[in-house]
Amino acid sequence: MPPAHDIIRLERIEKRYILGGEVEVRALCGVDLVVTPGSYVAIMGPSGSGKSTMLNLIGCLDRPTAGRYFLGGVDVSRMPDDQLSEARGQRIGFIFQSYNLIAQLTVIENIQVPLLYQGKDVRAHQDQCAKLADMVGLSDRLHHRPNQLSGGQQQRVAIARALVNDPLLILADEPTGNLDSHTGQEVLELIDHLNAQGKTIVLVTHDERIATRAHRVLHMRDGLIEREVVNRNGAAGRGTTPP
Amino acid sequence: MNPLSFQFVSTVRLGMKSLMLHKLRSALTMLGIIFGVCSVIAMLAIGEGASYEAQEAIKKLGSQNIIIRSVKPAEDAKQAGVGRGSSLEYGLTYHDGARIQTTVPGVVRVLPVRIIRENVRFAQNSVACQVLGTLPFYMDIVGLEVARGRFLTETDERNHENVCVLTAGLAQRLFPYQDPLEQSIKVDAFYYRVVGLVREKNLPEHRTQAGRMEGEPLDNNLYVPLSVSRSRFGEVLIRRSASGFEAEKVELHQITVQMRDMEAVEAADPQIKTLLGRFHTKNDYETIVPLQLLRQAEQTKRIFNIVLGSIAAISLLVGGIGIMNIMLATVTERTREIGIRRALGAKRRHITMQFLVETVVLSVGGGLIGVAVGVVAPLVVAHFTTMKTIITLWSVGLAFGISGAVGIIFGLYPAKAAARLDPIEALRHE
Repeated sequence: MPPAHDIIRLERIEKRYILGGEVEVRALCGVDLVVTPGSYVAIMGPSGSGKSTMLNLIGCLDRPTAGRYFLGGVDVSRMPDDQLSEARGQRIGFIFQSYNLIAQLTVIENIQVPLLYQGKDVRAHQDQCAKLADMVGLSDRLHHRPNQLSGGQQQRVAIARALVNDPLLILADEPTGNLDSHTGQEVLELIDHLNAQGKTIVLVTHDERIATRAHRVLHMRDGLIEREVVNRNGAAGRGTTPP
Repeated sequence: MNPLSFQFVSTVRLGMKSLMLHKLRSALTMLGIIFGVCSVIAMLAIGEGASYEAQEAIKKLGSQNIIIRSVKPAEDAKQAGVGRGSSLEYGLTYHDGARIQTTVPGVVRVLPVRIIRENVRFAQNSVACQVLGTLPFYMDIVGLEVARGRFLTETDERNHENVCVLTAGLAQRLFPYQDPLEQSIKVDAFYYRVVGLVREKNLPEHRTQAGRMEGEPLDNNLYVPLSVSRSRFGEVLIRRSASGFEAEKVELHQITVQMRDMEAVEAADPQIKTLLGRFHTKNDYETIVPLQLLRQAEQTKRIFNIVLGSIAAISLLVGGIGIMNIMLATVTERTREIGIRRALGAKRRHITMQFLVETVVLSVGGGLIGVAVGVVAPLVVAHFTTMKTIITLWSVGLAFGISGAVGIIFGLYPAKAAARLDPIEALRHE
């Protein structure tokens, strides 16, 4: 498969931090990973395993110390800050544990924020935003503020926001961490639905049960992918692989 | 609207929204700029007004004129008091006038004036006034206009006519009920026929008298032909004083030299001084050059403006520091928002713009309110005091411009600090 067709291709990615000016911490020690389009990947691991660092790198929030990272066939591992920001906005949709909506903006305005930074005319995408809000079931809450919404509703706004630029990849970091199991379930089903529609998902979680919904579960330890479990019965798997 | 300007508009709207989130804080921050801008405008308006009054008074003297006045010499004043019956002779003479006219280049006209303080009587009314003996063109040089009747004429001068012209104010005091024209009034031992009333050209009443800085009110003048003043009052004036009689011999009290233009004034001033110095052994005259006074007043005004301007600029600076302080706090407070925006694709310059726009909205908003208050404040001052205030357009522009500049200068650092934040760190911020 030509590299352009991979959503993510990590080649011997290393990340080292200098702590307190002396102690060097190796967060990632040469990770290789390929994520193909339409797949649903869960990353698990205890804290300190390099999970967060991995997520930041995949999300283009950080650059690796060594190794190369192709996002949709484009090498982003050495990109300057501005281009990296653009890649983030264009190719990645973030879903955070604590929703991370902007408090002073309404639902519809929050969904529009990523458009703004791509230099797109917000008014031309009015319909698209409304449609996304409808898809996540919030069409009657367009002009509410985040603090007027429940946690589940806020997370659904965040999902709509993640989709607005039609990204290559949805990156979800403990998306149900702050939710009760019922609303968490709803959010996960929404993510499954996105995957069923062909979106590539990378999800970071602590929860074994959530991870079972994914195609592939990567277990990380000490800055490396320790083992990988391919889960044919994953909830998302049902949509893409024949039984 | 193209996307770029739309983006700008939405950035401004976002900035306003963020500011409205903390209304009190934004208002207090603005207050610094409001006071700054307001004080710049108000101070300059008061300064401008004060110097305008002084300048107008000087301009009235005529910038093309050189005024020479007789002064009683200090050393002779004592002798006069002691020496009974001896008359003190000092001051300008007709010869001085003639010499200036003939020898100094650029002279247009030389106006001699005799000023005598006397009581003027009509019926039972007696009013203290100044009797000015002068020539018909006095009116042009000093800037008078005829209210009723006529001014003095060449014929009056030639024929030693006992006619007089009153200033409007004096006429009112002397003739509360009658028409002053063609009445006869008595000054000293002689009667004069009133032929006209004059007033100052396009100026309100009770201004200082032209030709005199510290000024009697012009309102109290009575004009007679120079020849009449000379023959009726004589050159020796005797005045009763505590120790007896005082006699003075003064030919002319004042000579106003009208020059061709302002350059001629510059050149003529030292020449006149030299000329007079040669014929006057005593220091019994002084020259007033309105043009020089005007220049001095302008110089003073410039210094005044610089001082006031710097005080006001300092208050704007303090306002700016206040803004910067608040914006730094805001950046810290909104670190997480910055992280979110960065994750959603905002470049550094987007973040810089967002915070810079907020600061500029604060400072320009404060500037606008400051301009409004600053324009009203001098009017209030002028209304409740006798001070004159003049609001100049440039001071408004200056104050507003500085407030905008303050916003950009003091907003840049916090905005840059916000943009420099590491997105990962910012997202982790609680």
